[in-house]
Amino acid sequence: MALVLNEEDDMLRDAARGFLADKAPVAALRKLRDEDDPLGWSRALWAEMAQMGWAGILVPEEYGGIDYGMVGAGLIVQEMGRNLTASPFISTAMMAVTALRAGSEEQKQKWLPAIAEGKSIIAMAVDEGVKHDPAKTALKAEAYGNGYRLNGSKAYVIDGFDADALIVAARTSGEPGDEAGISLFIVEKDTEGLSSLRTKLLDSRNYALNAFDDVDVAGDALIGTLDEGFGLLESVLNVGRTGLAAEMLGAAEQSFDMTVDYLKERKQFGTIVGTFQGLQHRSAHLYSEIELVKSAVLKALQMFADAPTMAGAGAALAKAKAGEVAILAANEAVQMHGGIGMTDEFDIGFYMKRIRAAQELLGDYAFQADRLASLRGF
Amino acid sequence: MSDLEEFRKETCAWLEENCPAAMRKPMRSEADACWGGRNAVFTCDEQKLWMERAGAKGWTAPEWPIEYGGGGLTREQAKILKEEMAAIKARSPLVSFGIWMLGPALLKYGSEQQKKHYLPQIVRGEIRWCQGYSEPNAGSDLASLQTRCEDKGDFYEITGQKVWTSYADKADWIFCLVRTDRDVPKHNGISFILFDMQSKGATVKPITLISGRSPFCETFFDAVKVPKENLVGTLNKGWDIAKYLLTHERAMIGDSGSGGDIGGRSIGQITVDSLGTDAQGRLADSALRADLARAEIDGWAFMLTMERMKDEAKAGQGIGARSSMLKYYGTELNKRRYELLMASKGHAGLEWEGEKSRDGELPRAWLRTKGNSIEGGTSEVQLNIISKRILGLPAS
Repeated sequence: MALVLNEEDDMLRDAARGFLADKAPVAALRKLRDEDDPLGWSRALWAEMAQMGWAGILVPEEYGGIDYGMVGAGLIVQEMGRNLTASPFISTAMMAVTALRAGSEEQKQKWLPAIAEGKSIIAMAVDEGVKHDPAKTALKAEAYGNGYRLNGSKAYVIDGFDADALIVAARTSGEPGDEAGISLFIVEKDTEGLSSLRTKLLDSRNYALNAFDDVDVAGDALIGTLDEGFGLLESVLNVGRTGLAAEMLGAAEQSFDMTVDYLKERKQFGTIVGTFQGLQHRSAHLYSEIELVKSAVLKALQMFADAPTMAGAGAALAKAKAGEVAILAANEAVQMHGGIGMTDEFDIGFYMKRIRAAQELLGDYAFQADRLASLRGF
Repeated sequence: MSDLEEFRKETCAWLEENCPAAMRKPMRSEADACWGGRNAVFTCDEQKLWMERAGAKGWTAPEWPIEYGGGGLTREQAKILKEEMAAIKARSPLVSFGIWMLGPALLKYGSEQQKKHYLPQIVRGEIRWCQGYSEPNAGSDLASLQTRCEDKGDFYEITGQKVWTSYADKADWIFCLVRTDRDVPKHNGISFILFDMQSKGATVKPITLISGRSPFCETFFDAVKVPKENLVGTLNKGWDIAKYLLTHERAMIGDSGSGGDIGGRSIGQITVDSLGTDAQGRLADSALRADLARAEIDGWAFMLTMERMKDEAKAGQGIGARSSMLKYYGTELNKRRYELLMASKGHAGLEWEGEKSRDGELPRAWLRTKGNSIEGGTSEVQLNIISKRILGLPAS
């Protein structure tokens, strides 16, 4: 497929751009933070997004979605990155939907229409340690009665606080570090023994520490095949990684645009600072890097439909490159803005914080680079 | 079956029948490239056969119109051809400045007669071209070039000196920038002209580089007579052609420094061949492994960017000044990649003479890459162009 957007994609992006700039700009995130919003995102806004079809962008039409595909999801989340819009789009509309599409007919009937309507929020509970490493899953699920009993805890669960359900990666056999022996379960919010604590991170988004203390679920809570959930988990994570890459691309683009605008107006030494070659060359380099990210992200998005067996490599490439360049964009933005870039009143700090979190989530540069090196045989 | 699937099938069949087995393995070095020309030197008969067959089919210039000898393929078809050639590891049948640079300029600015005359010869690899741009006092500031071209009534007379003329000693013809008006601002008195390097008064002298090789020459013109019909486009409007052509050259230099494989192996695999792995199949040197992964990530993202620019150009968004981005990034990346290859070969990578290293093929190639970010406009010039023309930052 050509690495260009079609007319329909352009329309979707323009609609997202207009809506988000109007309804969910950086000022909205600032307000959520300053008011110490318990959720960290706005239910009213999510309902509006659902009405536009965004919550169901990956949901099949028979379950009430629009099934637009990953390119559309990527375009929306890229615009969210530009505006730092807080929403459960990546956790619920991208990752949870991908997991549930591999579920049983009953699971799809129960959850997919509710997600598409914006009524259900579902988070993926994967990480346990301080670095992303899904194979190290230790949270235990043992056969118990007609179902399973879960014990352990999950940390840094994206949008996991107050979610209606969690999709949990659990160890049903083998040892932490083994890819075999991992299974996925869906666990509803009010299940006895499940607790949820909001973790406040630097980017003011919703993260949870979810503890499982003898949490019993029925046999039909299993998504996919027992002990063989790692492949499905990876598919879900690849969708999330690519989503985060698209978000970081948007955040990097916006940081860069703000910086170039500033270089054109700020005067020092009696001239516009944008005339200085030292700043021009750094800006031109950053421009080039962002162009590479655009290509990597678009390719990764297209691969989910065009070359599914390569989607893992595409996601790793996009996540690594987007994370690296977004960090550079944020750092250069603060440096080139000078003192004002260090103030809380100015927006750039919000970008720097979100980018730092997004590049860490679901595997940082070193994690993705290691995967790619192994795939490439070195 | 869709038209494109049908085309893919036909392409496979044609390649199967026409691409000789000896041309289905990656080039080991630049020495294996086929340049064609009046005095072409072929490494083997198959190389000649492959160039002739591909040339007759128009597939040395797949996207040029059929009426000028090209393949007449659409962008999608050309992509399929490229994919199928890669699938059987087919070498490029012809490496040619005529195809990369002069052809696109002639297609845009040449007269009908010039197109009909020159383009089919380029496609078939019959004429090898060189590019007369830089002069001793016109490097980064190319528009200050001084080679004189005077109207002598029936012909033009050219006197002056060019430098860094790639393969001038092997080329048959030159496409050359000359000064046709000295009394106007420098950009407005330049013309674009073609002539035979065998013309009386044209001499070349190879320049030995730090690699010990001589891909470039000094080129001297002493009252060279050139027919008037060899002028391309409008008199004194040659700078427009030069800029257009530099766009192609930059994209091409960027492309050659892309993140692709070298001799059919990725830089990571080449390093594994040299240094081996640990029990998990990883390079034992974790710092080198991380650097290689970074270079491969950038290489892949860069190749995708080349692809995206081509697709966008086809969709009607001109590449314009973004070719400076490709040139800048591709050449800097290529330098990084060769630094890593040198590290991966250790002491063996230092051998300058001897059979084992094919007379220092790697260190000479490594040294050659240092010129990538100088020729065709330095990295610094490209960054200036991006700042000014894309970002709109003001001149100082």
